[in-house]
Amino acid sequence: MTIASEILRRTPLHALHLELGGKMVPFAGYEMPVQYPAGILKEHLHTRDSCGLFDVSHMGQAFLAGDTAKLERITPADVAGLKEGMQRYGLLLTPAGTIKDDFMFSRLAGESDLYLVVNADTKEGDFAYIAESLKGAATLTTKPDRALLALQGPLAEEVLERHSPGISQLTFMKVVRATIAGAPAIVSRTGYTGEDGFEISLEGTDVERVARLLLNENEVLPIGLGARDSLRLEAGLCLYGHDIDETRNPAQANLMWSVGKRRKEARDFPGAAETLGGTPAILRVGIRPEGRAPAREGTEITDKQGRVIGKITSGGFGPSLNAPVAMGYVESAFAADGTPVDLLVRGKPMPAVIAPTPFVPHRYRRPQK
Amino acid sequence: MSEVRYTDQHEWIRLDGEEATVGITKYAAESLGDVVFVELPASGKTVAAGGEAAVVESVKAASDIYAPAGGTVTGANGVLEKEPSKVNEDPEGAGWFFKMKLNDKAEFAKLMDATAYGKFVESL
Repeated sequence: MTIASEILRRTPLHALHLELGGKMVPFAGYEMPVQYPAGILKEHLHTRDSCGLFDVSHMGQAFLAGDTAKLERITPADVAGLKEGMQRYGLLLTPAGTIKDDFMFSRLAGESDLYLVVNADTKEGDFAYIAESLKGAATLTTKPDRALLALQGPLAEEVLERHSPGISQLTFMKVVRATIAGAPAIVSRTGYTGEDGFEISLEGTDVERVARLLLNENEVLPIGLGARDSLRLEAGLCLYGHDIDETRNPAQANLMWSVGKRRKEARDFPGAAETLGGTPAILRVGIRPEGRAPAREGTEITDKQGRVIGKITSGGFGPSLNAPVAMGYVESAFAADGTPVDLLVRGKPMPAVIAPTPFVPHRYRRPQK
Repeated sequence: MSEVRYTDQHEWIRLDGEEATVGITKYAAESLGDVVFVELPASGKTVAAGGEAAVVESVKAASDIYAPAGGTVTGANGVLEKEPSKVNEDPEGAGWFFKMKLNDKAEFAKLMDATAYGKFVESL
């Protein structure tokens, strides 16, 4: 429900969303399209089959200048080892070692600054925390006037190449400064749908023109937050504030792949002793309900004897699987793939099974070996 | 002649002789978006006016469907279990949810008619 007193911010594409028939809802303090007239199911399937354009301008963008490796004070990712032209996923940790946010950081070729993208809902707090934690070592400059687009799906490369010749050379997790129809952009071969695709950072004054050009391509449909959520859930990707938050550490969240090898050996990040202290008591897992009923966030997970062993943190319907999917935390004794459990949906136990993620295979454009 | 009435929770109810059919309105179906799951009541279940009778889930969220009037469920639209999208395609026809026998037709008569419901939707 809309809270009438809430003053919502708008991205530079607000007028375009309305023109496209976007159904606007409050999200992370912004008025954002949850869907367009095509609807969540079609938008989701179109992104997997063809190409979808997402406005993610509400996310926080910033540049970090100075001794940027000191970012390792608050992330377990390998920052110092990030090569030029590469982007990386990292967790931002509280002093206690729990997850304050997840974010992307990039080292652009020939530039000493790091380019950061953090979540919309947490950006003010993140930026203050980063600035404070790196005081005297590095300086953070936020870029509230920049916009961010995601162009996702198997035809994204073909579409973007038309407007930015050569961009198809970029492979997964690479980042480059490029121009799109003359507009200066930072383009990375990343996204949050599990599909191949790009994220495109532009000046706010250029983004509407670029978005219209891309939407004008036959392959491209505008995609709202509803399908963004179902796509990332099928791809097994975490949503901050739901699947990860300040009550979880990287080990519990099953995100140890984002902790640098050097960092694991050095044990030099907040909460390292706890995070590296062996199998955690609870673990994030994928869950496949056996029936058709979706199990939503907050649904209790029980063992087959009815004892509560965990809770769902994201759950819904996976349009590409034509079946419900979920993720959540369970006691680690129940975390193995194939473990049968029950989900208490409207008070009734519904059979489900712990399942590997991603639910839909990732189709990233990795470099040819 | 059958008569149709509407609730402020966006259910419709059609009375044909002794049996009533219940579903959700076009407005409700459009607001929900793509329906992906429907939980229907079992025959013989007794429901109070305004009581939870069924569940409809879109990609985004679950919503309760309330009985527009008190009575006993006499059947449900099993087609929706395999094809929940029928709710979006034809909410006030093939996308019906369940049938019931009413305890008191006066409860039915008190509900909004099509004109009143139309005005109610416009006011939202």
